[in-house]
This record gives sequence, C-alpha cells and structure tokens, in this order.
Amino acid sequence: MSDVLERPAAAPLDDGHLKVVGTRPIRPDGADKVTGKAMYGADLALPGMIVGKIKRSPHAHARIISIDTRKARALPGVKAIVTAADFPDLASEEYEAGESASNLRDLSLNVMARHLALYDGHAVAAVAATTSAIADEALGLITVEYEVLPHVVDVEAAMAEDAPLLHGDMFTQGLAARPDKPSNIAKRNELKRGDLAAGFAAADVIVEGRYTTAAVHQGYIEPHACVASYAADGQCQVWSSSQGQFMIRTYCAKVLDLEASDIRVTPAEIGGGFGGKTTVYLEPVALALSRQCGVPVKMVMTRDEVFRATGPTSGGVIEVKLGAKSDGTIVAADVVLKFQAGAFPGSPVGAASMTALACYDVPNFSIVGFDVVTNTPKVAAYRAPGAPIAAFGVESAVDDLALKLGMDPIALREKNAVRDGTKASYGPTFRNIGYVETLEAAREHPHYSAPLGPNQGRGVAAGFWFNVGGESTAAVNINEDGSAVVISGNPDIGGSRASMAMMAAEVLGLPVEKVRPIVADTASIGFSMLTGGSRTTFATGMAVIQACQKIVEDLKRRAALLMDVSIDQVDFVNGVAVCLDASKGKADMSLAELAAKAAQTGGPIGAQISLNAQGAGPGFGVHICDVEVDPETGHVTVLRYTAAQDVGKAIHPSYVEGQIQGGVAQGIGWALNEEYVFDRSGHMENAGFLDYRVPVASDLPMIDSIMVEVANPRHPFGAKGVGEVPIVPPLAAVANAVRAAIGKRMTDLPLSPPKIRAALDAG
Amino acid sequence: MSKRQHISAVVNGDPVEFLSDAGTTLLDALRDQLGLTGSKEGCGSGDCGACSVMLDGRLVCSCLVLAVEAEGRRVETIEGLAEGGVLHPLQQKFLEHAALQCGFCTPGILVAAKALLEANPDPTESETRYWLAGNLCRCTGYDKIIRAVMDTAAELRQVRV
Repeated sequence: MSDVLERPAAAPLDDGHLKVVGTRPIRPDGADKVTGKAMYGADLALPGMIVGKIKRSPHAHARIISIDTRKARALPGVKAIVTAADFPDLASEEYEAGESASNLRDLSLNVMARHLALYDGHAVAAVAATTSAIADEALGLITVEYEVLPHVVDVEAAMAEDAPLLHGDMFTQGLAARPDKPSNIAKRNELKRGDLAAGFAAADVIVEGRYTTAAVHQGYIEPHACVASYAADGQCQVWSSSQGQFMIRTYCAKVLDLEASDIRVTPAEIGGGFGGKTTVYLEPVALALSRQCGVPVKMVMTRDEVFRATGPTSGGVIEVKLGAKSDGTIVAADVVLKFQAGAFPGSPVGAASMTALACYDVPNFSIVGFDVVTNTPKVAAYRAPGAPIAAFGVESAVDDLALKLGMDPIALREKNAVRDGTKASYGPTFRNIGYVETLEAAREHPHYSAPLGPNQGRGVAAGFWFNVGGESTAAVNINEDGSAVVISGNPDIGGSRASMAMMAAEVLGLPVEKVRPIVADTASIGFSMLTGGSRTTFATGMAVIQACQKIVEDLKRRAALLMDVSIDQVDFVNGVAVCLDASKGKADMSLAELAAKAAQTGGPIGAQISLNAQGAGPGFGVHICDVEVDPETGHVTVLRYTAAQDVGKAIHPSYVEGQIQGGVAQGIGWALNEEYVFDRSGHMENAGFLDYRVPVASDLPMIDSIMVEVANPRHPFGAKGVGEVPIVPPLAAVANAVRAAIGKRMTDLPLSPPKIRAALDAG
Repeated sequence: MSKRQHISAVVNGDPVEFLSDAGTTLLDALRDQLGLTGSKEGCGSGDCGACSVMLDGRLVCSCLVLAVEAEGRRVETIEGLAEGGVLHPLQQKFLEHAALQCGFCTPGILVAAKALLEANPDPTESETRYWLAGNLCRCTGYDKIIRAVMDTAAELRQVRV
C-alpha cells in the first residue's frame, strides 16, 4: 500500500501536464528478467574461456613468508598463476573513482596481499585452469608459508594502546600534532558548533547512551563475477557485474598499471549491489591471469568468499549525550563514533558524522569520529554509508529524551526539525527540504494511532541522506520510425532504465514503449560516475532530459525547414511539430514524419549531453514500526511498518516504493538478525546465508510507503534521490519499538532472541 | 578423474543428453552444459533459492541436486515458464506489480511461486510468505512479490471459474 502526498512546490515543469512521469509503466528490461534471459556476471561464456580461482589466507593476520606455486604450475590444465609479484607495487595515492576516494595502494593490496594477510579470506594467489576442478586442485597445491601474527577484530580493542598493529606506518590523521607512535586509528574527524558545556549547563533534561552495531553485509544475492580477456596487442576486455563500468576500467588500469584507453568494460546485468559493488575484487586478477595465459578467464565468487572477502559495512560504537529544555528544545548534543574500517582505512565514519545530527537544529554540538583498522574485510559502501549506524544511536537517544520529557516522539522531532534556511550540522544551508512534511505525514497516518496489544510496542525514528549528483553522460538517438534509443553509462540496479525511458518519453512526447534504454560499455558512451549515492535517476536522468530537450530544439528547426516557416513559428507539443501561425495552413508533423525526412533536414537526429549535475536534494525519512516480543523466546516479530519519505517527485512510483520497501527490509535485518560472527582466531563463523540470516518473506509484514513529494527545483521534474534514505531509520525504529514493548532500552545490535531474553531475565 | 556419465533427461519438455562428472550439480549442468543460465547460483548451499527448479514436479534447489540424479527425470526451469513466447500469468503480474528490482532472484521465485499455485490455488498472505521463505530477495522487501503472487492466484481462480 502506498499514499502519495502532493505538496505545493516550485517544480519548473508543471506537474499537471505530465503524461509519463509519475505513471507506472512496465519496465523495459522486465521481460528478460522474468524469463531468465537477462545476462548477469556469471552468465557469459566466451569461446576458449577458462576458470580462475583465488587462494585466500586462512589467518586473520599473518606475515607471508613465501608462496610456492611450482607444484600447481606443473598440474596439467593449469594455465596461469599470479601472486602480488605479478602486480605493480603502487605508491600510496588517493584516487576518486568509486563511491568515494580510494587509496590506490590499499586497493591493490586488498585485491592481492603482498607481504601481509590482513584478514581471514584475504587473497594471496590466483590460478586459471581449464576446468573448475583443476583450478581447485591447483589452489591446494600452492604452498604459502605464514608467520601468524596477533589479530584484532573489535573496534575499541583495536584502538587500545597495546593493540596488535595492522600497519606499522599508520599515524592517526586529524590530530593537532602528528602522534609519535603508529596506531590502528587511521583518522579522527570532528564537527563542532557553539559551546557544548554551556549547552548542557542550560539543559533541563539530559539523556546518555552507548550503542553498538555489528558488521553487516550488503547481502546482494548475486556473487561477484567477471570475465576478462587480455589480447596479444594489449587490448583488454572485461565483462562484469558492478555498479560502474567506468569505475572498473579505472581501477583495473590503476591496479595493473595499464592505460584506461586499452580497457573496454561491458556491464553485465547486476544482481544487487547496495554499495558493495563500487570497487574491484576479481577484475584485475582475472585480467592478470588472462594476460599470462592469453585466453579469457572467468571468475565467480562463492558465497563464502563474498562474506569473507568483500566489503561489509562497519561495526560501530556510538556514544550519544543529548540535553534539552523542558519544552523539548534540544540545546546540546555530544556524539562520538568509532567505526571498524576493516583491513585498510576508509570506514564511512565521516558520512556518519555528517548525518548524525542532520535532522536536528541544535545550537551546540560536538561530533567526533574515529576510523579504525581491524583484521576484518575492508569495508565497502553500504546504502547511505555510515548513516544507519549513527542514526541508531542518535534516534535511540531522541526516543529516550521523548520518554523522559513525556513528549510524543514525532512532536519532539517536529520541535527540533531542520527546515528551509536551517544551517545543517554538516555545513550547508537547507533549501527545499521536506522533513517537516514527512514528519507530519507519519503523524497523520492511521498507523500512528492504531491500538497495540500485549507485548507489543511502537517505535519511531527519522533518517537523513545527502543524495548526490555528479558526472553523467547520456546519448539519445531518434530511429527512422520516430522511436528513440536512450544510451547511458549507469548499470540499472533497481529500475533506472525505466526512469530514463520515462523522462525521455516525457520530453519527446513519445509513448514510453517507443523509448529503448540501453546501458552501454565504456567505449560506446561518455564517462559516467558509478550508480551510487542515489544519483542515477537524478543526475543521469538530467543528462537524458537535456539531450531530449536539445533534440526538441533541433526538431523545431527541421520542422520549420520542411514547413518553410521560421523557427519561432514552430512549437513541439506531445511529440508533434505544429506551426503556430494557423493562417499558413501547415499540417502538423509527427516525430515519425520528421525522422523519416531527416535526410532532407541535416541527417540523423540525435544528441549527447555530458554534465556534472549539481543540486541533488537531500532526503528525509520518518518510519513507524510495531513489534511484538515473545516473552518466552525473546523473538521479535515486526507486525507493521510504515515509511514516509520526501522523494522530490516520484518518476516511477512503483520503483520508488520498491526502494523504500527494500531499504526498510535491509534495515530490519540489520536491527534483528544480521551480524558478522568471528571466532577467537578471527575467522568468520557464519559465512553463508544459513547462519548469516537476511530477512526472508515470512519474517516481514507488508511495508507501507508514503511518498511525500516536495519537489527539487534543481531537477526538471523535481526528482530527489530515493534509494538510500530508507535504510537509515529502521535500526532505531525497531529498537525503539522493542523498548516500548518490553520497557527496556536495547543498545546492542542485532536484537537477537538471547539478548532480549537476557534483558527480560535481568528484570 | 572419474569417468563421466551419460545423462538423459527431459528439460522443459525436450529430451536432452549430456555428460556429467559424478560431483557436478544439476545447477552447473543446466548452466554450463545446457546453456540454461536463467537458474542462478546465489549460495551453492540451498539457502537462497535462486537456483529453484522443478524435478519430477517437486520444487528443489538445483545446487543441492547432482546432475546424475536427473537421469530419466523431468526438469522444469525458468526458461520453460513462458509458453511459445507468451508470458505465464505470474511473469506478467511480476512486471505489472514491479515485483523485481535487480531481477537475480526472480527466476527462482517465479519457479517456486508456480509450484505454490499448483499446490494451493488460494494461498493466504501468510501461506505465500512461508512458501517463499526459501527464496531470498535483497532488493524488494518482498511486499510487491507477495502481492504479485496473490494477485496471480486470484486471476487464475477467476479463469478456472
């Protein structure tokens, strides 16, 4: 179920005239996906292709003394073996290509360990062989001599003075003075405003809490997979499932010291990413193997490898102290965030710090974040990276504050809400945000006042995400029959082909079925940043719209030529060129007629736009969750869930709802079930979907989404990013509901039955 | 290496023959030998359901079935769901309800949902959720999937009446 709340807004294009945008057509890539025809990463087979596999460290922390590949090389059918010796030893350099900047040396060392294995599952060698069975046998014949080192998994243990060090050359950045000793704390970041001590001194009520979350995985159902082919002339081709073919190209070039222009990357259909496919794991290895053996190499991860060696997001510790006046005005906030980065720096603690108080207008605050390396897989982006972790702490504390003040939790949030003109905690001044409208929509929803039964509780939480724009290219070509092809460089994870086609159809005045959207390889379209940051419908969509607008201008010129009138006498309305001067008696010309006569008016019709989109509107969500706690088993059942979100303008409402529902489901999993469990030696104990339990259909209720449409004036149709906001509130919404049900504040995720039982037993 | 076995089976109504190692899964045989890549491997351990197929009318995870076990048996995969280029009502409803995002789990869910409707033409929401509990979807939160399946069931009941 869903409701769309229309809000008065200053959208540049008048909503009332939209014919395609805002409707719910069948997605153009749908038929292939329901018939099994769509080609994902592991579905491509090339002539002569062989199989690549990776040997991984069994130790959480070890020095690699030697790697002996002789026996494996002698095995018939083995065609190539690579170790770090086959990759250039890169200098430390920050490079912008993925979801955020990456250090190229760290990226390379994560792809293939050089002297140190830094986590259980870290790649140490790879083989390519004619069959999967031979490749497996060869992995067993590679002998790696390790010196096992002490390891550390827990974030606070890693911060301790005497913790085992992962990187002897790492000195904490962000301190007033360079420390004299190396540490696992890669960086300290800080955001401040006002006078914190004075703020707390003026507070009538203070709440404090310490919250912890476990590392969780994005859990896309498609394991990483690719095929790579290195030709004799040095021309490389890669087919892979990722969130950005240009990102794959850049990182392969950097990690292997190749020219990007020699690499052509074709995006496979992607079976889920959620941020986890914004970097490379297999592709450079497959290319290195192919370079050695001269034939295409296919690599596909097992689920065990996905869990052990690809990015989860951080486990974290969140300390929150809030001070408020008795009327509910929050006057001071002190937040400390400690995040596991995994084996290399780069946890999302920076984004977590920026989002932690983004829903609140607080005069005095301090937010301090620590990025801490641990002997666990290097974290990768996960849907609104860092924000859900920070929101779990802050929104739990706000719930405690409401309780202590005796205030309604939505009213408390309304009292302190950021509005247009508020200076955000992370710097800029908010414009055209819909947070207050979203709070109001949640408050007015019948769910919020529905009665509850015994052992049941209701929780509310809010969440924020920036949303981004960025560099995008789109090309639009008109076919000779007047239909259109829209070409972009962004993998379609959740329905972006549909939104691209719809926006093009709207501008060109075509039925959406007449627009064919294509996701092209890196040699067939100009550069686009990857699909991430909730940017594609906003930014790449803007390139599509502008390309179509350019075509419309060209169509007017062509029609004027054919009608023998001046351009200013021609308009293009609903796919038809019309002469504004009726006295001239010119017949209207359809796009199909103009296309058929293109040769007479200058040749083929098409346009390409490359841009760097600015003005992505930030998004806010307010969620209501009802749970029932079984007092005997401690099991938590989510009974009802309603998510309100400011979506700007829903281009395809069904896929906006889908983003909201999917984000909520992942958040519920994070809150209740999911966690990385490590044994004493630092091995992940639950590297499979049986023991790492993502929500299944019987775990969840229907998820109601309320789309609040406060238009973004920086987008022609008012769109804002929608994909990430919905995973931010659920952790706290669930925890607040559990608190209401059992009368106890649960602070350690996941809220698994043993923890609930223990809390109930404690009385 | 052990000798490969010659397997004869019926896949989506057509007779097929292939050679299989003793340890090869039915999923790998379908994908690698028969070119039917619609069935997906998400886990290889029977936990995600992306490889769901029907074996002699029974819903199975093809990653947990050996290819040699298919000898003389009927296998139905996602590729056999649409007949003669016409989508099965479940496929049509999944499109209309936007019940897929990335689409990777979709083939397995459609095969499992078809099995549900054959076993129970009038499932409740709860029955639908428990039947599909062996098929993981990480994108949709299941909401639209459940609606699409139940809507298909309602439509098929009307057709029967």
